[in-house]
Amino acid sequence: MALEKPYQDVPGTIIFDAEQSRKGYWLNQFCMSLMQAENRARFKANERAYLDEWAMSEEQKQAVLARDLNWCMRTGGNIYFLAKIGATDGRSFQQMAGSMTGMSEEEYRDMMIKGGRSADGNRYLGEDGDAQPHRQPQGKAGQKGQQ
Amino acid sequence: MARITASVYTSHVPAIGAALDLGKTGEDYWKPVFAGYDFGKQWIKESKPDVIFLVYNDHATAFSLDLIPTFALGTGAEFKVADEGWGPRPVPTVYGHPELAAHIAQSVIQDDFDLTLVNKMEVDHGLTVPLSLMFGQPEAWPCKVIPFAVNVVQYPVPSGRRCFQIGQAIRKAIESFDEDLNVQIWGTGGMSHQLQGARAGLINREWDNRFLDRLIADPADLATMPHIDYVREAGSEGIELVMWLIARGAMADVAGGAQPTVKQRFYHVPASNTAVGHLILENN
Repeated sequence: MALEKPYQDVPGTIIFDAEQSRKGYWLNQFCMSLMQAENRARFKANERAYLDEWAMSEEQKQAVLARDLNWCMRTGGNIYFLAKIGATDGRSFQQMAGSMTGMSEEEYRDMMIKGGRSADGNRYLGEDGDAQPHRQPQGKAGQKGQQ
Repeated sequence: MARITASVYTSHVPAIGAALDLGKTGEDYWKPVFAGYDFGKQWIKESKPDVIFLVYNDHATAFSLDLIPTFALGTGAEFKVADEGWGPRPVPTVYGHPELAAHIAQSVIQDDFDLTLVNKMEVDHGLTVPLSLMFGQPEAWPCKVIPFAVNVVQYPVPSGRRCFQIGQAIRKAIESFDEDLNVQIWGTGGMSHQLQGARAGLINREWDNRFLDRLIADPADLATMPHIDYVREAGSEGIELVMWLIARGAMADVAGGAQPTVKQRFYHVPASNTAVGHLILENN
């Protein structure tokens, strides 16, 4: 019997549940290893070789190499684990979060200073808020695509 | 006897810790955040807790996916400050209160809440940022701290109802401890924020303020709110707010006592990706 998962119709959001956690186990454990300076150095020296030491899927490895956090999340990554990659790269949480919206760092920071993203239109898939699939990527990157 | 004198609620945004550690508190961006804690810093000097029971969540620091406890009680004597990838925060080691923690474990587990007991773990920004906000930058933390780590990272996380109930059991446990101790209970995390996906950056000022209203006036009703409401209205990481219900459940009025006094209420947007909320409720 399928269990209740009422959070699957929230746009631009992947809830890290037991199923995602199962898929992402090795990806997230790889991320945990980056909390040690020695491992960070080894990863930076040869990313591919370091990733090959882990029982991750090829897609997970590609997502990490591309630093595409949305892709990492779809394959079972969790943002608190993925943040260790950001720390290794010297990026802040705000830079990481912003990167998932398509906005530039400055655009995202400005949105936050102005009070953040509104929940209006972004509660359910099918509404017309800025986090909906048909409105990606956001910011200037998205405007370019429409011209 | 030990008694719970007050509860403190605050966000625990890592960037707040970084701003403090790097001496940026005077910058225009951060000034209004720290100003919201000026009252609390003064207040806590006067009310001087012996022990803080600090409810927070671990952010993939002490607990990887190897072990995911829903409620983890720190029963150890000391808890080192973790390196979360940016180097450990330059803050003092956290010292626990093993005698009181053991007493709480005995009482709360016999009350049907199946806790995980942890004698050795490192603590991350979820625990240290609230201490920094309330105590500034001392050489040593001025009191003992019992960490209580709640899983809000991997769903399903405990319900608001369960959190509110466990708060009541914690109150019963603390108030049956023989030593004369002034204990505060802190609930941390939130308020609205989402750190992932196209919806990253979500903030809901109206919902957050309504949450504060209800937490003060009718926490039993607030505790019935389902997870999905937090996710839709306050963002996927806004779910951290269920931890505030643990602290609120430990207040005297929930056990039939007098209503608490609201000593401080503060709200500010933004700190990095997050809405900052802060409350101090004092038992009467």
